[in-house]
Amino acid sequence: MKKPEDTRVIVGMSGGVDSSVTAALLKDQGYEVIGIFMKNWDDTDEFGVCTATEDYDDVIKVCNQLDIPYYAVNFEKEYWNHVFTYFLDEYKAGRTPNPDVVCNKEIKFKAFLDHAMSLGADYLATGHYARVQRNADNTVSMLRGVDSNKDQTYFLNQLSQDQLKHVMFPLGELTKQEVRQIAVDKGLATASKKDSTGICFIGERNFKDFLKSYLPAQPGDMVTPEGEVKGQHDGLMYYTLGQRQGLGIGGAGEPWFVIDKNLKDNTLIVGQGFHHSGLYSQGLYASNINWIENKLTEPFTCTAKFRYRQSDQEVTVYPEGNGLYKIVFHAPQRAITPGQAVVLYDGEVCLGGGTIEEAIKTRESVEA
Amino acid sequence: MKNIYADHAASAPVHHEAAKAMMEAMENNIGNPSSIHHYGRKARMQLDQARQQLADSIGAAVDEIILTSGGTEADNLALVGYAKAHKDQGSHIITTQIEHHAVLHTCERLENQGFDVTYIPVNQYGQVSLEAVQEAITDKTILVSVMHGNNEVGTIQPIEEIADIAQANNVAFHTDAVQSYGLMPIDMKQTPVTLMSVSSHKINGPKGIGFLYAKKGTKLMPFLTGGEQEKKRRAGTENVAAAAGFAKAVEMAVEQREERAGFYQQLSDYFLKCLESEGVRFELNGAKEERLPHITNIFIPNISLESFLVQLDLAGIAASSGSACTAGSVEPSHVLSAMFNDPNRSASSLRFSFGQGNSFEEVEQIAKEIRTIVHRMNSG
Repeated sequence: MKKPEDTRVIVGMSGGVDSSVTAALLKDQGYEVIGIFMKNWDDTDEFGVCTATEDYDDVIKVCNQLDIPYYAVNFEKEYWNHVFTYFLDEYKAGRTPNPDVVCNKEIKFKAFLDHAMSLGADYLATGHYARVQRNADNTVSMLRGVDSNKDQTYFLNQLSQDQLKHVMFPLGELTKQEVRQIAVDKGLATASKKDSTGICFIGERNFKDFLKSYLPAQPGDMVTPEGEVKGQHDGLMYYTLGQRQGLGIGGAGEPWFVIDKNLKDNTLIVGQGFHHSGLYSQGLYASNINWIENKLTEPFTCTAKFRYRQSDQEVTVYPEGNGLYKIVFHAPQRAITPGQAVVLYDGEVCLGGGTIEEAIKTRESVEA
Repeated sequence: MKNIYADHAASAPVHHEAAKAMMEAMENNIGNPSSIHHYGRKARMQLDQARQQLADSIGAAVDEIILTSGGTEADNLALVGYAKAHKDQGSHIITTQIEHHAVLHTCERLENQGFDVTYIPVNQYGQVSLEAVQEAITDKTILVSVMHGNNEVGTIQPIEEIADIAQANNVAFHTDAVQSYGLMPIDMKQTPVTLMSVSSHKINGPKGIGFLYAKKGTKLMPFLTGGEQEKKRRAGTENVAAAAGFAKAVEMAVEQREERAGFYQQLSDYFLKCLESEGVRFELNGAKEERLPHITNIFIPNISLESFLVQLDLAGIAASSGSACTAGSVEPSHVLSAMFNDPNRSASSLRFSFGQGNSFEEVEQIAKEIRTIVHRMNSG
């Protein structure tokens, strides 16, 4: 590897504390650091206020503190074509998309990585909580961030060797608390900035209102698995499997939960109790599996996550051919959601992941 | 690595003499020009001298010069101030598609307030046709606004002829001369211009000051009210030090006009020659002859502008894409869009603008760096 002072690292800076500390740490290590802000979405209102402008102002403050050059780049078009259309298409298909996974694959570590490389960068660094391990055989492995509560490998499961080779995740070795402390100690302008939450292009806005402005809502019946109508839903896309809030079904007994969606007759299947049996699956089918290192062609046992921050679950993975994989759970899992990512781990190493196509509800069908 | 500044059309460095004049004014001339005591009189005297300098530079009278915070305010006062003061006489304004945003966005605001605006197109060299101006005039037209030299591509408009057309039709004429002032002589005794906007920092004066020339008797509705400064057309205590610096910069610009224009032209010509000898594929944007001498805008096929400007900057070279962009929003240039029906043209065009500090060696260096970057991008 080149010496740090001869190594140009471009840091993707969002104006948040994580990417600010990323840039600060690399600068301390002696790298030639350049900060670049990525604008993917325009939410400028009638008074000219745009969250991107405010975030970019924070990038400027931090870069001036670190005495590094900063620039901005616009990927609104790429984001719209690759991430937002996917996001809408998935909702139209009655699924729950994960735009962060696609954004990492197509924008941050593709369009943006290409941009960084065109600027003569040796590496692109981001503030993700994950680790890149460079192996002796010239391959790279992606490891979980040491802060298990913040580990973001779930969202990075689609990255390839080529992408990861050019990537640095300096925060992977740190906990969020340590990162905040570094920001405070260094007096960075973003030290006390609140972490962003939710989907980046929706921000603090009401999710339902946002979606309504892009997709027509089709209200329909909420029914029990036995076919009893319990009320009206506002449109299937507004609901997620396992959701309790916002159903408005009263009455006696345990609270009501969304247990399934029936796109064909536009009904929302609801059931009583957090542990309603209809919410549980024995396995799932996954597509678009990306193997970060070796493509696995024989059945094997590992751990998996079906949602961000979930604790690891034991599974056995069976390649089914045609890019499809059957993943069998060692213990039943609640609210397996089509469209979300399933990510596989071997200890600290993230093996890769794919998209959940379909939950397998019964033991019989799992063993079929 | 030596840094090269080739973005003088964005802002030119303050001349040392202008800075000295400002410093002296700040340290030695402490009064408010409106005060009755001797401190006030001294400040007033310096301000009057500065105003005289500005007026003389364009053959105007001192009370035809309204000091403003810069070119943008001058454009705003000209358009909004004139339109609002003459709305009884008509509601139609004519401008072009290639004006600076200070004019275009102000016209859009006027449209929202009930005025009709015609935006005249340009040809592929960025030139407005006189016939188009003539044809656009109706009996409701009150004002024609056409810039003198374009800030992005440098094309010069025939403002003398346009001013004549406006006068013949009894319509006021405004010109944004922010980029041309100091390089293109203009004499208000010869040319029937009603309003003209000028900025200080484009001619090596300080930022934050400019003026609007308003022909004697031109009614304007002010938007800053308060004291009686600028004959009630622009309230607020005058920035005496900036005016002193501006006046010094104007004095030098007038004295050295031909010399400067000639030098900038040589730099621009040499730049194009160097690009050719480096084997860079490019096309010039803007008129070949009727162009401001310091601005060279080139189209380099198949380059990504965002990446190109960053690479130039990392190599120490400051250039621009024509209009400034914020937070990664690169709007396609409205000027190039008006000239070419080709979105790639504006996505791959760069502006270099030269000034007094530049040298032929620097121009060579820029051309070499452009070649290096083009090669790197095409091989990547």
